[in-house]
Amino acid sequence: MSATTTTPQQELGVGRTTGTRRTLEKGPSGWLAVPALAFFMLFAILPLLGVLFLSFTRWDGLGEIKLDGLSSWNTVLADPVTGNALLVTAKIMFFSFIVQAPISLLLGVFTAASQKYRAALAVLYFVPLLLSSAAVAIAFKALLDPNFGLGPGLGLPFLAQDWLGNSDLVLFVVVFVIAWQFVPFHTLIYQGGVRQIPASLYEAAQIDGAGRVQQFFNITLPQLKYTMITSSTLMVVGSLAYFDLIFVLTAGGPGYSTRLLPLHMYLTGFKANDMGAASALGVILVVIGLALALFLQRLGGKNRNASQLEGA
Amino acid sequence: MNNLKLRTAGMAVSAAALSISLVACGSSGPAGTGASTDSATMWGLTGGDQPVFQASVDSWNKSHPDSAIKLDFFANDAYKTKVRTAVGAGQGPTLVYGWGGGVLKSYVDAGQVDDLTGFLKENPDVQSRYLPSILESGVIDGKTYALPNNKVQPVVLYFNKEVFEKIGAEPPKTWDELMALVPKFKDAGVAPFSLGGQSKWPDLMWLEYLVDRIGGPEVFANIAANKPDAWSDPAVIEALTKIQELVDAGGFINGFSSIAADSNADQALLYTGKAAMILQGSWIYQGMKKDAADFVSSGKLGYTPFPTVEGGKGDPANVVGNPSNFWSVSSKATEDQKKTALEYVKDGMFNDENVQSLINSGAVPVVTGIEDKLAASPDKDFLTYVYGMAKDAPDFTLSWDQALSPAQGDAMLANLDQIFLKKITPEQFASTMNATIGK
Repeated sequence: MSATTTTPQQELGVGRTTGTRRTLEKGPSGWLAVPALAFFMLFAILPLLGVLFLSFTRWDGLGEIKLDGLSSWNTVLADPVTGNALLVTAKIMFFSFIVQAPISLLLGVFTAASQKYRAALAVLYFVPLLLSSAAVAIAFKALLDPNFGLGPGLGLPFLAQDWLGNSDLVLFVVVFVIAWQFVPFHTLIYQGGVRQIPASLYEAAQIDGAGRVQQFFNITLPQLKYTMITSSTLMVVGSLAYFDLIFVLTAGGPGYSTRLLPLHMYLTGFKANDMGAASALGVILVVIGLALALFLQRLGGKNRNASQLEGA
Repeated sequence: MNNLKLRTAGMAVSAAALSISLVACGSSGPAGTGASTDSATMWGLTGGDQPVFQASVDSWNKSHPDSAIKLDFFANDAYKTKVRTAVGAGQGPTLVYGWGGGVLKSYVDAGQVDDLTGFLKENPDVQSRYLPSILESGVIDGKTYALPNNKVQPVVLYFNKEVFEKIGAEPPKTWDELMALVPKFKDAGVAPFSLGGQSKWPDLMWLEYLVDRIGGPEVFANIAANKPDAWSDPAVIEALTKIQELVDAGGFINGFSSIAADSNADQALLYTGKAAMILQGSWIYQGMKKDAADFVSSGKLGYTPFPTVEGGKGDPANVVGNPSNFWSVSSKATEDQKKTALEYVKDGMFNDENVQSLINSGAVPVVTGIEDKLAASPDKDFLTYVYGMAKDAPDFTLSWDQALSPAQGDAMLANLDQIFLKKITPEQFASTMNATIGK
């Protein structure tokens, strides 16, 4: 993850103060990557190759693994549930981003300032980050229960909807719960980003007569470009890994309404015991994840290593 | 430029790691409780029998300190996936808790469980203590691979007597009476039926009973025998149509598709009076006895067989459910572990103490000669009812999701969920399920 959160400024700063001219030109020694790379080979590339191999087999998890050509792929690609899972994943990804990004950005900017009450509020905002996804899901499942939950308990009919049992409603409930859990994390990223913006930029803007709104749009937002890319990448790629929360909250239901791709993969592999098809789904998941991550990196533009601090 | 490539690669790599971590999580399997220790291991289910198994193993360990058993419990739905993964990875417990049927057959086919036929021959006392029809459920191709370990579990229609008295209704004897009750309860502001729809298997109890009442046990026997187009049997279509009519009439409680049976929320709806009836296994009696002791002991809990269907071929005394749960012995366990496990099955299980504690928990043990003990129990009404139901049933059909192969069972539950949600028609259900035959 370090690769995603190190900003160009930090790297350049390190080079300037501690490095020699040589490291400034070529970057730090390639040997630094060895431990991470070895770990990654062992725990990611190797299993990935295993999954790729399994996708060309039939295996029920117990007996022999039988080579079976493309039949698992045919099963997966012909199954309408796979298409639906992709659609559900795309919807959750889209709505999660639309909901989380603006809230986290505004909260991040808000909590970055140094007043005491903001620090106190920031602590409150971060509480959901301390809870595990399973705990969050169990809590919301109990709160949203149409017969014993918050609505019937407090006698508030509008809260007594069938939140998790209504196929049209459930997707938005899931997006809400995901946002509740992950907005604090992205707020933290934005808070860090905002605090790195040199105060001199704002001072100069004030002298030029810029108001708060103008400062936000002309200084804060452009300066947060890379923070946004980092946060967005985590949000979008992270949507491909929403599993625990949804599994506990809805188990993919009702019907297939919240059965997104990772959940579909799990249920295919460990409920229906079709490891071949589940592996094919896993490969699809990895390809989509890589493609999205690369795409979001491209958004940064070609001169992404250039300093954003010119004139500072 | 170099830097850019590196970072792009780093990002790609971390993204991949995110996705892969899911796969890794799933396949890493359980840790700690596997064959790493020398003692025999046993996995059971939370709720219901948990205290009974715990007491039995505790007393065994006290009297056999050299061959102690390590016991762990898991929630039902989670257990079913966990144990299979563990057994497949050679990390399963010595004593594997199961339901018999298609899942047991898949273990047998993969050579993961031991043949216990010889053990039964050497120990005729063990063989003779069981009700013979129930022992039969652990037999695959003429060999015994699983021995019953707890209680008979027919599916029963429970009702809340207080709610019935309030609107002056009688428990339904026929399907038409059942449908006629639906608007009466709805007008009184009570849901006619509770249902743990998110867990999906409670949905199945409706299909199992309706198909049996309409077409008799042969219909499912054909399905289980993988006969082509067996799912298109008119009895299956009619049963599914009746289910959808009941859904349309508002027979099931608001939000049933988000209620999980593992959390016992479905039975809570019955004893809190929010629902009038529930179709569930006999095991929920144990749960209600614990969670709603007053409700059960004051006689407010009623129970009745599943209603008949007019013109149906099935015997109204037929029962669906689980004949029992079973222990199988893992073939991957060490000789010492196997020896301990079999000694426990022989001497620790169904001794007087174990039988009594099962009865005290509100369950009917699967052994012979317990009529007196049942009659002496404070729960004698329910226990003798269940015992008679299981003993006198002309046919006791094993829960379909356990009887079928895991792949078929999963597809069936997923599609039945769609039937309850009215996303597919009975005909679509039949054609989708016909495609899974033989898988």
